[in-house]
Amino acid sequence: MFPVIFPIILAVILFCLGFVGVLVRKNAIVILMSLELMFNAANLVFITFANYYQNLDGQVFVIFVMVTAAAEVAVGLALIVDIFRAKKSISIDEMHSLKG
Amino acid sequence: MTPGLLIFIILGIIAVAAAVAMILSRNTVYAALFLILNFLSIAVIYLILGAPFIALAQIAVYAGAIMVLVLFVIMLLGTHQLDPREPLKWQRPLAILLALALIVQGVYALVMRYGFKATALAANPELVDPKNLGLVLYQKFSLPFEITSVILLVAAIGAVVLTQKEKKDGGI
Repeated sequence: MFPVIFPIILAVILFCLGFVGVLVRKNAIVILMSLELMFNAANLVFITFANYYQNLDGQVFVIFVMVTAAAEVAVGLALIVDIFRAKKSISIDEMHSLKG
Repeated sequence: MTPGLLIFIILGIIAVAAAVAMILSRNTVYAALFLILNFLSIAVIYLILGAPFIALAQIAVYAGAIMVLVLFVIMLLGTHQLDPREPLKWQRPLAILLALALIVQGVYALVMRYGFKATALAANPELVDPKNLGLVLYQKFSLPFEITSVILLVAAIGAVVLTQKEKKDGGI
C-alpha cells in the first residue's frame, strides 16, 4: 500500500480548490458545489484515518457528514430558487438587500 | 510501485483535474458533471482504503441524489449560461496564490506530522464489513444518529416552506 500522507495531500488540494471556487465564482449554485467539494475533502481525511488507526468511528462520521451535506443542499437550493424568483438572478452580487 | 499506489495516483489526478475543471467551466451543467466525476473517483479511493459501504453511499447519495437535485435546479432556473461576466480582475490571481500558499502550508504541516513512513493498511475484514459499521453506528453513536433524523426533518420542512409561493393574505 501507499503512505497515508498521499490521500491526505489529495484532500488538502481538493479542499483548497473548493475554497478557491467559493472565493472566485459568483454563481450561487457553483458556490454550493464548491462547498460539496470541501465536504468531500474532509470525508477523505476521515476515511484515511479510519484506515490508518483501524477504527470505524471515522466512517460513521462520514455518514453524518453526508446527512448534513444533503440537508444543507436541500435548504441551500430552496433558498436559491426563492432568490431567483425575487431577483431573476443567482449571482451573489445581487444578494445585497440585507446590507446596512 | 504497487498496484494500489498506481490506481491511487491515476484517481487523484482525475479528481484534481475534475475539481479544477468544475471551478473554471462557464456552463453550470458542465460544472455539475465534473463534480460528479470527482465524486466517483473519490469513491474508488474509498474502496482502496477499505470503506466499501461509504464508497457506495458516496455514489448513491452524493453523485446520485444530491447532484441530481443540483442539476434539476440548474435546469429549472435555466441559469446554466446565465453566469454573468465576472469582473474579478485582481481577485482571481490573488485567490489562486493564497490557495497555493494554503496547500503548501497544509502539506508541510502534515508531512512534518506523519512523514512518509506511515502507510495505509490493506483492507481488513473487520473494518470492511458493513455489519460492524452498523453496529458502531447504532450502539456507540445512537444519539447522534437520532439527532440526524431531526436535521433531515427540519431540512425537508425548511425546503418546502422556503419554496412555497407567497400567499396574498399574510401567510408565509
